[in-house]
Amino acid sequence: MPNAPSDEPRRIKVQRQGPVLVEGPVEVELEDGTVVTSDRFRVALCTCRRSRRYPWCDTSHRDRAKGCTRDR
Amino acid sequence: MAHDVRQAREGEGPRLPSARGPVSAAVEGYLRDASPLPRSQDIASAAVYGDDLQLALYLCYELHYRGFADVPDSYEWNPDLLRVRAALEHRFLAALRADVPAHDGVEDALADLLVEPVDGTGLSHYLSAEGELWHIREYAVQRSLYHLKEADPHAWVLPRLWGRAKAGMAAVEFDEYGGGRPDRVHARLFADLMTDLGLDTTYGHYLDQGTAQALATVNLMSLLGLHRALRGALVGHFAAVEITSSPASRRLAEAMRRTGAGPAAEHFYDEHVEADAVHEQVVRHEVIGGLLAEEPHLAPDVAFGIDATGHLEDRFADRLLGAWRAGRTSLRTGPLSAIPLMF
Repeated sequence: MPNAPSDEPRRIKVQRQGPVLVEGPVEVELEDGTVVTSDRFRVALCTCRRSRRYPWCDTSHRDRAKGCTRDR
Repeated sequence: MAHDVRQAREGEGPRLPSARGPVSAAVEGYLRDASPLPRSQDIASAAVYGDDLQLALYLCYELHYRGFADVPDSYEWNPDLLRVRAALEHRFLAALRADVPAHDGVEDALADLLVEPVDGTGLSHYLSAEGELWHIREYAVQRSLYHLKEADPHAWVLPRLWGRAKAGMAAVEFDEYGGGRPDRVHARLFADLMTDLGLDTTYGHYLDQGTAQALATVNLMSLLGLHRALRGALVGHFAAVEITSSPASRRLAEAMRRTGAGPAAEHFYDEHVEADAVHEQVVRHEVIGGLLAEEPHLAPDVAFGIDATGHLEDRFADRLLGAWRAGRTSLRTGPLSAIPLMF
């Protein structure tokens, strides 16, 4: 693709709370050697280790509180 | 003039639904045979969140999506209908501006959505904890008014954005539309969910069943999407949807698994857990961040869009949960017939 030369560095966005954001598609090798892939335009990788869909973020990093505003 | 010529292609598009009062009846009459449009006093006296006004507005907006069978496509730009639509919109928007608890700023409005309740009582909590298959089918029927055109109301904002906001919004919409693969278009995935639940996937099929509260959530998207002046609110609305969707979708996926709704039903919500965890990040950082860097004066509109979404979603949840807790159907036309047995 002319606008995405393969030698261009891949941008990764990190934040204090929340997932690492990587331009997709990505392959992720897990501890046990299995490789999972995502071809989404951007991929959110879990950093809190609480995700039930690890290594993908499922928003489990969010703070939890009692009696907060209405939820869906 | 072109808009006066009836050039409907017979039978294409959804049938017009049943009217719900004088305003929606008059709009339908005009669409059917050019009989008189609603009187301004009827528009002024209709309950703003009620069935009659919300259906009338929904009918006007639907002309911009797929239209109705036997209604000319050119009616989308019929000036008399547009004048009625403007009067309906004026009432809806004025009510929202008056009723919505407005946060001081965008960050405050977002912060409330980014906290997960440990004692949640919303629709997805109910469905995951105690929802039965009939609740799930009713939920799908009500939501089909949006999900069968998922992401369409938001596509209208693209020409009104620039730079980071436009690129971020387009990327999320591309994902909503299946990343170039028709079998992955989210509206397609929802139709597959409906098939699992034994529901009719025809666009607009369940319009009669949808309650006023369900219509209002869709009317908000159309209102904000169709007006460039409300682009800030559309972006806020979209952020609110994406931020709340991922954890709610996890609970809904659990509900699908527990009730044996079917693999496509599970997949629809599993996909939204993962997709919307990404979309939330892009919408907050790129779309809202980009828009407010270009047009900082739109911040109150972004907050309004976030809060108006919560206001109407709460009304929708109260309507469904109120009916279900009383053991009644939430649908306007009575319970659905049983799923036909497959042999």
